[in-house]
Amino acid sequence: MKDFLKRYKILLILLALNIGIGIALPEIGAKSFDLTKANLIEMLAVIPPIFILLGLLDVWVDRATMIKYTGKDAGLKGILIAFLLGSAAAGPLYAAFPVAGVMIRKGSSLFNVFIFIGAWSTTKIPMLTFEAASLGPAFTITRLILSVIGILLIAAISDKALDKEQRNKIFELNK
Amino acid sequence: MFTYILYAAAGISLAISFYKDRKKTKMALMKAWKSLENILPQFLSILIVIGIVFAVLSPETITGLLGTSSGIWGILGAALIGSITLIPGFIAFPLAAALLNNGAGYMQIASFVSTLMMVGVVTLPIEIKTFGKRAAILRNISAFVFSLIVALVIGVVL
Repeated sequence: MKDFLKRYKILLILLALNIGIGIALPEIGAKSFDLTKANLIEMLAVIPPIFILLGLLDVWVDRATMIKYTGKDAGLKGILIAFLLGSAAAGPLYAAFPVAGVMIRKGSSLFNVFIFIGAWSTTKIPMLTFEAASLGPAFTITRLILSVIGILLIAAISDKALDKEQRNKIFELNK
Repeated sequence: MFTYILYAAAGISLAISFYKDRKKTKMALMKAWKSLENILPQFLSILIVIGIVFAVLSPETITGLLGTSSGIWGILGAALIGSITLIPGFIAFPLAAALLNNGAGYMQIASFVSTLMMVGVVTLPIEIKTFGKRAAILRNISAFVFSLIVALVIGVVL
């Protein structure tokens, strides 16, 4: 119970804040509750399959396989697989972090994990089709080409900036 | 539509897994639940924050900010809004299209869309849980700078 309170402290404070806003400014309070509810329903719709797949990935793909395909020495193949894994995803970016955690634990290189995160954030296929429908193919294609370059750059920067100690800390975090 | 494909993929994989090894499947489901429960407090908190932010900052307000302002300040403003907010794509893209129709420039929209997808200020606590502070902050800063570059290139190309 104490543990529960500690973990959910911020949530409870925010809930209280929202109720406070609701009392002081009923209109904004009600609107914010509606938005939270709509978002919650939407997230609950996409999140279960992502986590089920994550669980299956964790149980069925062993460390050796993960290292072979996305580890340090996987080379171009590893980069491509990380791109494909991220692009085939659906759902908000924060759902990607637990998946990234499994990849790190199983021996993916951090560079490839960062590529996976980048792909999940920007080159998700369902999102791209939606973007093209809303903002036009020229906009979408230009952004996509830039994104691929950017994802590689950001992954390289994030990867290079970490020293050995920080790397170990990341492995520790995902144990 | 894509959600259905995702459900189908999860369902089929789960069925195959169950057929092959019941114990492992049970373990997979336990792990799925544990990973979800692990981020649940932050996840729910984020949803409330988004609710409050968007109740105050309506699409009309955003249109007002980006529609009238132009140039570098518009791009920076768009990047900041995109970094802080967290909107699902099916709302974000029509919103971006509406912004364009209301007079916002392609550069502002590119900077908004790009930061929206790549930079996550409110989700930083979850990211730090996986990558640690340094890597998470660095990734977000690089993504922010990159989004500004995307905006500039889009401005030149389109």
